Amino acid sequence: MNPINTILILLAAFVAVFLQAACGTRGSLGAQIDLLPALVVYASLTGGLTTVALLAVGGGLAFDALSANPLGISMLPLFGIGFLIHRQREFILRDQLFAQFILGLAASAAAPLLTLLLLFTGGHAPFVGWGTLWQWLVMSLGGGLVTPVMFRLFAFIRGAFFYRPLTETSFRPDRQIRRGRF
Amino acid sequence: MFKKKQYVVLGAVLVLTLIVLNLPGGLPARLKQALGGLYLPLFGAASATGQLGKNAAANLTPRNELVRQNEVFRRENAELRLRLLQAEAATRENARLHQLLGWQTRAPWKLKLANVVLREPANWWRTVQIDLGRRDGLRENLPVLTPDGLVGRIGAVSLTRAQVILLGDPACRAAALVQNPARDQGIINAGAAVLDPSLVNLGFLSRNAILAPGQNVVTSGQGGIFPAGIPLGTIVDFRAVEFGLYTEARVKLAANLSALEEVWVLFP
Repeated sequence: MNPINTILILLAAFVAVFLQAACGTRGSLGAQIDLLPALVVYASLTGGLTTVALLAVGGGLAFDALSANPLGISMLPLFGIGFLIHRQREFILRDQLFAQFILGLAASAAAPLLTLLLLFTGGHAPFVGWGTLWQWLVMSLGGGLVTPVMFRLFAFIRGAFFYRPLTETSFRPDRQIRRGRF
Repeated sequence: MFKKKQYVVLGAVLVLTLIVLNLPGGLPARLKQALGGLYLPLFGAASATGQLGKNAAANLTPRNELVRQNEVFRRENAELRLRLLQAEAATRENARLHQLLGWQTRAPWKLKLANVVLREPANWWRTVQIDLGRRDGLRENLPVLTPDGLVGRIGAVSLTRAQVILLGDPACRAAALVQNPARDQGIINAGAAVLDPSLVNLGFLSRNAILAPGQNVVTSGQGGIFPAGIPLGTIVDFRAVEFGLYTEARVKLAANLSALEEVWVLFP
């Protein structure tokens, strides 16, 4: 596991939560797009499970700290999504734009539903109604669109700040080709 | 081995979630404040950027436009001064009459201006954060308003910031009075539409309430949080609920909650 990658993801979560609270999309779209599920998708496909857990705990706590949510309520949904994706990561074409979009869409759709489920289970009374369906749609689509952007952004940062791994060819100048029957 | 590690991490996150959700007393609030404190440098950076933008806009405004605006404000100021004189005379007269009748006089409002620094990141609550905190004398349940009308009440307070629970959030209720001949009373209890923060429900009105669209609604002063007479909004429509036992009305709020930049905190 690359610690720099983990630190970058945690830093991105910290800034993402602030951006959501400081310059939201609620005024224009009627719903606030959540950036954390998209980050969880990226973390679960490129990092280890510890990175996913740290992101879910750190990002969830930061989100709840700036929100009226009970502290810690967002941690479990984020980690649950990351855990499921991480388990199936070998079967996912993570470099495909469409796969990233679909995963972001599914994660952004599942995260608010799971959080609301936990809130209702805990006896809280969040404000929901028919308009929540529109908000859910915007959050899902927004999350789906943001996920490929997140992949590109991290690829750019990694390309700008880290050495690329040296690719070794199979060609050896000193190799000897033996010809013969055996 | 790999599978085992996965389940250890899953168990650790589960246990941590249960611990954080079941923290005793005021510990979650203090933890929230501490975590929110990590964002202080970003608050500073954001406000500095905003100030920079305002300064740039001010520098770009032509001089004749500034002179014109200054003239408008000068006229408005003169008009408001005259109105203030009139209001002061009425206040003095009111106090004198209160004294003659032996009524308790109402203390004048003490207001403090605050900037809205953050909005609620979750879609299912209606709150904002302001840049005043405990060090400015803020405490829970103080009313928050704009010149147009009531906005909400103070929720959690940290040293430098405070959360404002806006009208329409299930946690902010206000006792209200309809300014009609019957002076019907009810409670603003929740938002009427998820996508329109300007509409709230006015419930628990009598089934004989004489309502009409356009009637003004103000705080009634009951409930002990909001003083009487703060404008809330106007009635949009109404209907009978609970098999005709009560009437419920939709109220369009006077204050624009989706474009809050500066609010006033009212001290008793």
